Amino acid sequence: MSEAALTDTGDVLPGGTNGVVADFSADKQAFQMPWGKAMMWFFLLSDTFIFGTFLTGYMTVRMSVRDAWPVPSEVFALSFGGEPIPLILIAIMTFILISSSGTMAMAVNMGYRKDRNKTFWLMLATAVFGAMFVSMQVFEWTKLIVDEGVRPWGNPMGAAQFGSTFFMITGFHGLHVSAGVIYLLVIALRVKRGFYEKRGGNYEIVEITGLYWHFVDLVWVFIFAFFYLW
Amino acid sequence: MAQQSGQQHPISIYFWIWGLLFVFSFFSYMVDYLNFQGTMRWALILIFMFLKAGFILAIFMHMAWERLALKIAILAPPLALLVLVALMMTEADYTFLTRIVFSGEGASLPVHH
Repeated sequence: MSEAALTDTGDVLPGGTNGVVADFSADKQAFQMPWGKAMMWFFLLSDTFIFGTFLTGYMTVRMSVRDAWPVPSEVFALSFGGEPIPLILIAIMTFILISSSGTMAMAVNMGYRKDRNKTFWLMLATAVFGAMFVSMQVFEWTKLIVDEGVRPWGNPMGAAQFGSTFFMITGFHGLHVSAGVIYLLVIALRVKRGFYEKRGGNYEIVEITGLYWHFVDLVWVFIFAFFYLW
Repeated sequence: MAQQSGQQHPISIYFWIWGLLFVFSFFSYMVDYLNFQGTMRWALILIFMFLKAGFILAIFMHMAWERLALKIAILAPPLALLVLVALMMTEADYTFLTRIVFSGEGASLPVHH
């Protein structure tokens, strides 16, 4: 349960369920946090619905087709001169994204400690991991489109809807990762150049960026489970 | 500006959760590699998925330390998605059965969903 909080006017807000009443009935703001952070949370909530509806659509389609659905562990296997290893690229992509979430969490921590140098390098590392992830996804797409003949309207392996659901869901996710990489680079450079020092030494922006990045990882957790493992 | 700024926790907690995420991911991958099937397969997939998602939300995204008002505002609405999922499951099942009936082929055909 959350503890009591102090508003900027000096009022004490109770924690727990009493706090919910106090927060929602407050006269100035409902969420005791900088507006930028609250707005990022709400954007992520809306994005949850976007991905949620896409995944639900994929579920509906997969359940209702009579054709066999391509088996993901076979489709996404890679062989390095020997037996094909199922889902190996996806496993690597998952580990990369988890690593990026770790570096991001550390960057947020460093930001609050006002260590601009470490924050910059950790955000840069996060962005590099993100770029690696997108590159691997591009490789995966290329392999499916060029080698396997997967199209949104059909594929030689099974149900025709596999392609459209796969490209739509991973495409949207990849777009979010790419946008995140750009966002990270912009903020990282600003941190390095002292942009936020001039604005009072407030590094909440790093946490806000972190929220977006962790969301991207979160969506991948669901895509990995529902699309590749199921 | 509210007093929630400066959400600092000892950095060690992030390393622990980071390690835990790797472990859960490895287990998730093992579910496929070891070729679990049926109920066990999707139970394990879902369990590891929710564990990973939960830890990312709670620790990395600081949700555990936020006020209850935010927790509710963010976590309650997606529950509505579960209603959509339930409705769509019912409809997909119906569509599948209807397709079998109207195609004239028997329902005894095994299909990998």
